[in-house]
Amino acid sequence: MSTRVLSMASAEAGGVTTPEWKRYVRVYARSASSMLGLAVVMLFLVVAAVGPWIVPYPDDARGAVHLDQKLQPPSPAHWFGTDEVGNDVYTRVVLGARVSLEIGLIITVLAALVGVPLGIVAGYVGGGVGETIMRVTDVFLAVPALVLALAVVGALGPGIVNAMLALALVWWPGYARLVQGKTLALAQEAYVEAARAGGAGRLRIVFLHILPNCMSPIVVKASMDMGSAILAAASLGFIGLGAQPPYPEWGAMISYGRNYLPTWWWYSAFPGLAIYLTVLGFNLVGDGLRDLLDPRSRVA
Amino acid sequence: MLFGLLCLTFAISHVMPGDPARLAAGPDANQSMVDTLRAKYGLDRPLGVQFARYVGGLARGDLGESLRSRNAVRDDLLRYFPNTFELVTLSLLLAVAFGVPLGMLSAVYRDTWVDHWTRVVSVSGVALPAFWLGLMLQLLVALHLGWLPLGGRLGLTATPPAPITHLLFVDALLRGEWRTLGDALAHAVLPVVTLCFPALASILRVNRAEMLETLGQDYIKTARAQGFSGFRVVTHYALKNAMIPTLTMIGLRYGWMLGGTILVETVFDWPGIGLYAVNAAVSSDFQPIMGVTLLIGLNFMLANLLVDLAYGWLDPRIGRPRPT
Repeated sequence: MSTRVLSMASAEAGGVTTPEWKRYVRVYARSASSMLGLAVVMLFLVVAAVGPWIVPYPDDARGAVHLDQKLQPPSPAHWFGTDEVGNDVYTRVVLGARVSLEIGLIITVLAALVGVPLGIVAGYVGGGVGETIMRVTDVFLAVPALVLALAVVGALGPGIVNAMLALALVWWPGYARLVQGKTLALAQEAYVEAARAGGAGRLRIVFLHILPNCMSPIVVKASMDMGSAILAAASLGFIGLGAQPPYPEWGAMISYGRNYLPTWWWYSAFPGLAIYLTVLGFNLVGDGLRDLLDPRSRVA
Repeated sequence: MLFGLLCLTFAISHVMPGDPARLAAGPDANQSMVDTLRAKYGLDRPLGVQFARYVGGLARGDLGESLRSRNAVRDDLLRYFPNTFELVTLSLLLAVAFGVPLGMLSAVYRDTWVDHWTRVVSVSGVALPAFWLGLMLQLLVALHLGWLPLGGRLGLTATPPAPITHLLFVDALLRGEWRTLGDALAHAVLPVVTLCFPALASILRVNRAEMLETLGQDYIKTARAQGFSGFRVVTHYALKNAMIPTLTMIGLRYGWMLGGTILVETVFDWPGIGLYAVNAAVSSDFQPIMGVTLLIGLNFMLANLLVDLAYGWLDPRIGRPRPT
């Protein structure tokens, strides 16, 4: 559907000399859901950036205890209520945004840094090395990510750093496979052939011709993965293998709040809502970017 | 592939920086206790020897023992796996039963309110944390409305049927124990819905996209022009072609469910291998986790094999030797 929009836009722009980026912005802005996603992600980024300065009780993220205020329902003083040691849930949810952003970024960047070079090597160099890389990738993809991450965290011991390492370790094969496929296709393109015929070295071809043309699908995948990585880290936090209290991580908060259901529902309801909105935002942005940059790979 | 999977679980359990012997000995153990355990598990041998012993043990069906319960992991898995299998299978069936028709409707009635609502479902389903959705369903349906039980497989008063297949539903059905069956069904509703929701969403999404693409093809126009009814064109010509990518997604989602079941079983106290793995993981009980990883990996491989076989059935061009 958006491919049609894009081609319409290019047709419109055909006569006039609209800069390319303006055309992209216009096409992106036509999709209401993409704009909604962008708004949610922007809000999330702003909250993550200024969180410590806008929360009413900054100490509550570092394990302050106010037992006289424990488990109070939502009120003007505590918008999202308080938890079992009297910490303001709103404060902790807001500060959790920064934690989630860090987690998502670290996992996604690590996974891409490992997966992209491996994918390029597998696709461009090929041969025995390429074959080996892809076989290893297949094995990693044969075990569901969460199960593998659970096994790795089980081996390393619980904690937020180990959880992030484990998730990065199970996340890179997606990039390797994506980039390998793309590289294989690109290596057959006429301009790559031409560059090779012109005497360009392998590295030059990779950095000048292949990598830039792989960027669109990588960016699309990364924006989707931000959401999935945040979700997966929260899942590990929920099981008790990720962030440990009093670290304000959303999954861990839900896990503790669970013991106080149903009476003190707000304790786990609001962090969950925060995860939902954040992941939703990144997914919608990813969808919008895909329709814009990489319309052919809609189904992935 | 299987060999690769064995290498992977071996690498996690033996090569990673974590020290299983130290974990097994507990935080208060001194060095000699750790060394004793290390010798007992053969962790002081060269890696090659360890790997050979590991694979040899697996070949005999020896998955090690749980440090907590001292049970053989194999027996535990045999006991818990049927529960997980029933949960995942029911969820997958539900996800396909709703995802495929909804995706189809959404494509046929594109840009109408049907399409808008199914898109809300498909976008939300992927973003909702399964564990949180489960908790909120428990809160609303079980605790607030009191319509369904909170968790577990059976109520306290119900007795499980004598095992035939070890699958609770099937056994209750075969033995004709209708009350037990009803009780088991009531317990299954919330976990199944929770687990199926993300899968339903992505199956719907893929099916919608593929249907849209297929419905624009020339042969569909031809079929319509030849006077076939709209229903027949959609179900017979378009759906079958759209099902191939959908099937890939179903296979992928089955794998996701095997992972997601960890969370759902934890929330609903469902006695499957997911809950078993979580309990083992939080107490650093190593062998059960590896056993579960291996079992789930195997299942996922098997599912992908089935998907590949189904391709051939859906698209006769795949997998037939070319006529000579």
